[in-house]
Amino acid sequence: MEKIKKLILSIVPDAVAEEAQYPTFTVDASKIRSVAEKLKEKGFDYLICLTGMDYGDSLGCIYHISSSTDKTSVIVLKTSTSDRQNPAIPSVHDIWASANLYEREVYDFFGITFIDHPDMRRLFLRQDWNGYPFRKDYDANPELNPVPMENQTIAEMENMPSITLKSDGTVIKKENALFEKGDYVVNIGPQHPATHGVLHLRVSLDGEIIKKVDPNFGYIHRGIEKMCESMTYPQMLHLTDRLDYLSGTMNRHAMCLCVEKAMGLEVPQRAQYVRCIFDELTRIASHLLGWGCMCMDMGSITAFIYGMRDREKIMDIFEETGGGRLMVNYSVIGGLAEDVHPNFVNRVKEFIPYMRKMIKEYHILFTGNPIAKGRMKDIGFLSKETAVSLGVTGPSGRASGFACDVRKIEPYAAYDKVQFEEVIREKGGTFDRYIIRLDEIEQSLRIIEQLIDKLPDDGFRAKVPAIIKLPAGEYYQRVENARGDFGVYIKSDGGKNPYRVKFRSPCMTLISALDPLCQKEKIADLIMIGASLDYVIPCADR
Amino acid sequence: MEVKNIKIKNMKTEDFNDNEYLEKYVEELKKGGVNVAVGVLDDLINWGRSNSVWPLTFATSCCGIEFMCVGAARTDFARFGWEVTRNSPRQADVVFVAGTIVHKMAPVLKRLYDQMAEPKYVLAVGSCAISGGPFKDSYHVVRGVNEVIPVDVYVPGCPPRPDAMLYGMMQMQRKMKLENFFKLPNKPTIPDTGKSEGENK
Repeated sequence: MEKIKKLILSIVPDAVAEEAQYPTFTVDASKIRSVAEKLKEKGFDYLICLTGMDYGDSLGCIYHISSSTDKTSVIVLKTSTSDRQNPAIPSVHDIWASANLYEREVYDFFGITFIDHPDMRRLFLRQDWNGYPFRKDYDANPELNPVPMENQTIAEMENMPSITLKSDGTVIKKENALFEKGDYVVNIGPQHPATHGVLHLRVSLDGEIIKKVDPNFGYIHRGIEKMCESMTYPQMLHLTDRLDYLSGTMNRHAMCLCVEKAMGLEVPQRAQYVRCIFDELTRIASHLLGWGCMCMDMGSITAFIYGMRDREKIMDIFEETGGGRLMVNYSVIGGLAEDVHPNFVNRVKEFIPYMRKMIKEYHILFTGNPIAKGRMKDIGFLSKETAVSLGVTGPSGRASGFACDVRKIEPYAAYDKVQFEEVIREKGGTFDRYIIRLDEIEQSLRIIEQLIDKLPDDGFRAKVPAIIKLPAGEYYQRVENARGDFGVYIKSDGGKNPYRVKFRSPCMTLISALDPLCQKEKIADLIMIGASLDYVIPCADR
Repeated sequence: MEVKNIKIKNMKTEDFNDNEYLEKYVEELKKGGVNVAVGVLDDLINWGRSNSVWPLTFATSCCGIEFMCVGAARTDFARFGWEVTRNSPRQADVVFVAGTIVHKMAPVLKRLYDQMAEPKYVLAVGSCAISGGPFKDSYHVVRGVNEVIPVDVYVPGCPPRPDAMLYGMMQMQRKMKLENFFKLPNKPTIPDTGKSEGENK
């Protein structure tokens, strides 16, 4: 880390270095690009997340950056601008491709324009939205933004404003066109059975070959991050479940870990073990649904019914112990809501051999099927470089050879006590993304098998104060959910409400990978490539 | 006065011990007096209609997963003749609003509803669709889908269990069976604008 510090200080002598959870450097907005370029050269090629921030007197950005080779090193860059009327920060979208959407998100929420970014449309809200909702001085009067009854116009969806700064300081505003003139554009969604939610894709075609995919977000943007700012920490937990509902337990786990870390709370071992088992069961349930839906998108309804049938077994286990099926609401700050049900251990033990048997059946049913093989063969390749640059993590990232399993990189809960294999494939094709999910189910079963017999007996919850206040500071916690690297960022000012909460959504980066994946493929394969990425839209939209 | 015998398999009329207002509907309908032959024909058509309902696949968030569970093996809604989920609103009879409706989605939902053919029904599934649910304080969430389209049945829960959804669907079947099919709709009254028809266009 000393090397990085020296490097940054050599470029920006007045950079402020802090030793927080991760090494943090505050640099001037005009220098952010040169620092970013140098860091990329030094191997920091994975932008984990980009958070907008309203400091009150200034607006700024926080970059969490990591590396695909030295995965444990994370550094944080901060920059800010004091101009609240026309805030502008240089764009880094050409250094890290994932910044493309992140910067649009920051523009949408805070109104910070990114210089040289070619596409400064709003990401989630409609183009005619008044105000920037995440600013602290936002006027939330519902009369300013009533429920619209008319759809957006094509022009609103297609005109991409951008700002360029000349060397002498003059600002040039431009309007770029999204598609070329005469392009044949097909709308897919927002109400479409195979977009796995309310994603709106605008696809330009040449014959039936895809030229460009433009995802439109925001049809399920619920403003969870903003709502968290007016909630106490235990209240926020319920919203994390509803982000990516298929890995709700893991998201909740991330939030609990983040708050516990900030409080310096020691969680009983039993709670940590049970949380891990629940995480893995949720992962299996999620992969089963992902597998079933992908097969259904290829026309195999039987596979979907099989997947849902076995998923119900997990739902039963959840229901017995936690009381809920899809939303278990089981982890709380300090441990678990209740101790596990007396039947829990036995039912999980019964489930493991059953699931192993069923995976074999899935392979017989679908993996070896010549039609399925033919459809998945040789399409939708994602190279490792693109995956890292776009921040594609989770099973989809690992299918491209990007070893990004947070359970291995920053082990949390009981993951440092178990043996399991991080499944990695090299080619990054659609078939790899398909098969990797079934392989991960086996690894999850292995983890559960190691933990289920060793549940310690030291209580299920630590003593937690009635009103939880976090010491002022910034906290970041990463967790591997069923779709990738899920992160929770909390900035606290010492009160019982957070100052800012940001969720690093793995699904948003997965959707941004659709464009490079689908280019030169046929439109009929778009749905299946999308299904192989297995994104969940409410997680991307938040 | 009892609700006329509702022919739903495995569920007696007494088991629906709530929603008494439906009985009042029947009373009102019977006041007008229905021709016996037409009444029987009504029953026949409504029996057919309520057992071959085609839902629109429309799910915005979490409740959609539970809707998929309703369609899957354990709580199979094919038992009620509902299994043909349609992807086009033109072919659908009922829309399950499963999930939060936000500002950007509201006009889309409105259009989908408008595209459906009459008679059409709406189920608001889950607390988000009923009132905004846990997200009602958000700047971008519609507080209840009834702000956008009229709702027939509300199914509470976050998300509702598949059984709860089935119960909601059976309540709606009941409503469908009350439809007086041969009653001519009231003539729409055209407001007098003082212009002739041609000018109105």
